[in-house]
Amino acid sequence: MKVRVVTFPGSNCDKDVGSVLESEFGAKVDYTWYKESFSDTPDLVVLPGGFSFGDYLRCGAMAKFSNAMDSVVKYANQGGKVLGVCNGFQILTESGLLPGALLHNRTLKYICKDVDLIPVSENKIAKEIKGTLSIPIAHGEGAYFADSQTLERLEKNGQVVFRYKQNPNGSLNDIAGICNEAGNVLGMMPHPERAINPYTGKMDGKQILEVLLKK
Amino acid sequence: MFVAKINVTLKESVLDPQGQTVLRTLHDQGKNLISDLRVGKYIEMKISASSQADAEISAKEICESLLVNQVIETYRLVVEKV
Repeated sequence: MKVRVVTFPGSNCDKDVGSVLESEFGAKVDYTWYKESFSDTPDLVVLPGGFSFGDYLRCGAMAKFSNAMDSVVKYANQGGKVLGVCNGFQILTESGLLPGALLHNRTLKYICKDVDLIPVSENKIAKEIKGTLSIPIAHGEGAYFADSQTLERLEKNGQVVFRYKQNPNGSLNDIAGICNEAGNVLGMMPHPERAINPYTGKMDGKQILEVLLKK
Repeated sequence: MFVAKINVTLKESVLDPQGQTVLRTLHDQGKNLISDLRVGKYIEMKISASSQADAEISAKEICESLLVNQVIETYRLVVEKV
């Protein structure tokens, strides 16, 4: 099983997610620096959390202009699986792989805590996940926003993957994660890689990565 | 040489919690004449172009590809000769 993790200047969860995929799932992980391109077809590409380009201008805005993202867009358009976590989710919306945008949390506070996530049963990815999951969030700009037609389309197509049980940040429709229409690109604000190892006290993230790593 | 002056704000339909917090502080100070306040950002850039029209085309393209996320933001652009 091959996974590519893209590292941007300011990514800080690249090694977290990479090491978890290696140790818990036996994946072969390659790290791709943002200036590099790739043309192979790994089983999964991960855009990790962090603060790409210092979050300057808007979170994820500058990351979309990179060789690595050109490769990611090509790979995704050919049906390759992509997971964007936190800043990775912001990059996916900025690059147009996912609709909508992430706004400042309604409270304007940076929030770092465990939240309960409800997998939305109408969604292809989420229906394979059992029960409510407790997963950490850590973000200042995680309030999902889309115009009303886009929201309606997301709901109608079953593209909402996760909802917060108690909305922490003002996300519309309590959205914590969405996927594209084809279902191969998933963006989520919570960090599943931080809830995998029993040493971290939580293992609910494992189910999410398991589903994504399934052939 | 031209200068592009760009004001970026959240769209009216998007909640601006920063603006609301500043407005609330003003109201707490008794400044109730202020009824609406939105916080945005100002970007200025110098452009080499052969004409005002070319400078405007370049500035608009840069605004819409990078400086402004049109899902949530709107902008005002003024290009002046310097």
